[in-house]
Amino acid sequence: MTETRHDVLDAARPMIECQDVQKYYGDYHALRGINLTIREGEFFSLLGPSGCGKTTLLRTIAGFEDISSGAVLIDGNRMEEVPANKRPTNMVFQSYAIFPHLTVAQNVAFGLRRDPRGKDEKARLVDEALAMVGLKGYGARAAHALSGGQRQRVALARALILKPKVLLLDEPLSALDRKMREQMQVELIKLQRQVGITFVLVTHDQEEALVMSDRIAVMFEGEIAQLDGPEALYARPVNRRVADFIGVMNFLPARILSENGEGAKVEIAGLGEVDLPARQISRANADDEVVIVGFRPETMTLIGPGQPHTQPRETGATIDEVVYYGDMTYYDLRLDGSARLDGGARTVRISMRNLFGRDVQDVGTRTRLAWSPGSLVLFR
Amino acid sequence: MKAGMFRGSGLRLYALFYLLFLYAPILLLPLFAFNSGTIIAFPLQGFTTDWFGQMWENATLRRALGNSLTIAVSASVLATCFGIFAARASTRFSFPGKGGIMGFIMLPMVLPEIIVAMSLLVVLLGVGIELSILTVIFGHTLICMPYAIAILSTAFSSLDKSLEEAAYDLGETKWSAFRLITLPLVMPGIVSALLISFTISLDEFIIAFFLAGSEPTLPTYIFSQLRFPKQIPMIMALGTVLVALSICLLAIGEYFRRRGNARIGGKETGGFL
Repeated sequence: MTETRHDVLDAARPMIECQDVQKYYGDYHALRGINLTIREGEFFSLLGPSGCGKTTLLRTIAGFEDISSGAVLIDGNRMEEVPANKRPTNMVFQSYAIFPHLTVAQNVAFGLRRDPRGKDEKARLVDEALAMVGLKGYGARAAHALSGGQRQRVALARALILKPKVLLLDEPLSALDRKMREQMQVELIKLQRQVGITFVLVTHDQEEALVMSDRIAVMFEGEIAQLDGPEALYARPVNRRVADFIGVMNFLPARILSENGEGAKVEIAGLGEVDLPARQISRANADDEVVIVGFRPETMTLIGPGQPHTQPRETGATIDEVVYYGDMTYYDLRLDGSARLDGGARTVRISMRNLFGRDVQDVGTRTRLAWSPGSLVLFR
Repeated sequence: MKAGMFRGSGLRLYALFYLLFLYAPILLLPLFAFNSGTIIAFPLQGFTTDWFGQMWENATLRRALGNSLTIAVSASVLATCFGIFAARASTRFSFPGKGGIMGFIMLPMVLPEIIVAMSLLVVLLGVGIELSILTVIFGHTLICMPYAIAILSTAFSSLDKSLEEAAYDLGETKWSAFRLITLPLVMPGIVSALLISFTISLDEFIIAFFLAGSEPTLPTYIFSQLRFPKQIPMIMALGTVLVALSICLLAIGEYFRRRGNARIGGKETGGFL
């Protein structure tokens, strides 16, 4: 039997360990007890809105920030006394920090200045590193004349030439335009597989994190809210806030009718009574929050009149708004009876692929929604 | 160019007179420096370079020139060095009382120089330090520093903070990161600061007059000679040399600024000089 990537990563040794890491800036509590283990060879992302502490955490791993208490270990060694220039980590900065007065080759070779190897050997390493990031033959160019994407590649080559144990990436794609960003995402994944170095990425872009990461830590206000693989994070967010931050999720008010160890019977506005097993129930919400049920736009299907479907449940609805994207159409639907629980009528957003032969429906059309209780998550 | 905007409005004439008023008197300097007549008046007599020879043979003038150069070089180097520290600290870090501290450092720029000179004289005499070119260097450093800091702050603040961090991350020490990355990138600013400080110090009169004791500097020497009409043609020759020197310095400064700018692909922003 061949091993999957997950098997390999699960068995890999810890590369970065954060143990109850606390960081204060004066009175401001930037990191509130971060516990985290990142494994060797993993592509790990720190995801969160600005000000959540993700960059601070990355900079404490790099050694640019001291921690107030707790411990950071890299490859089993405590890092308190090790300054950034002696750590086995290298960083790709948000601004790329390409040295503008040097050539591309001088930039890439910068970290080798203290390396005892000969000039020819270093030149070979630089060529190798440039080839790896797709900039073969760019060595003699002036760094300031490069485009954004090229600067990004030079920054990668410059960091990877030192063969660090961990590569830290601080929002590396945020300065690129959309097309370039998507291309670089794929290239970064390939590069990470090729070199096998642990990558830690900081991003505020949930899509970027989902695309690239083996695991993602979602952070809010200096704490890790959820640490999971992309699929688990998307399908089973631990609380409403995470659900809201990752992708689009519809929320409907609900009422718990009965509950035991195996699950709960709930009444959901517009969807009616549903039995939900325990694994679809998330309890990590603030006490004063109301009970609510969430589902993703693509988990439900619009059904034309008389059209058969294989879903266990269906609900009547009226189309409120249509947003056409070419490959997809988003429908905002008003569910029949959605006002029953608390009097407020609600729209939910459903996405449909525009498959060949499937017509885009018009605003005001009466329609049916086919769905399965398996796609619901209860937040209580 | 929107030349049409100015046509017929008299603004061209205004600009012409403005430039004439600014530079015509300076053009008179070389005119009379090479004029063989001893009286500064038209019509011109004949061509001569005697005044330059006379200037060169004047021992007091040579001493004044030496003093002025020593003072200007020392003061500009000191002001620029201190300016680098202050500019880096003020653009890179935030610390309590930063606004106040920077304000006090920049204050000599707007303080009447006569106040600075007088109070320095009182303090120096009170402490019992003998007046010499050393005390002038001290005073000139003080008044040059705000200009140096203003120029250097611009150079430092346009620098990406993560450049130094990147160099440090790549294994350099904090000092070598500064030397290899920051220093070359702010070099045009440093050259500008040196030149401005040098020029300010070279023609500064009040502080030199108060603090030099019996030592002459160029401005105080020139002032003392104006009483003797016989000396005026020689002063004209000296002025000519100084103008030529200033133009040379400006050209050198601008050359370095443009070269530095081109090397890092910076946008042409006009520069200080």
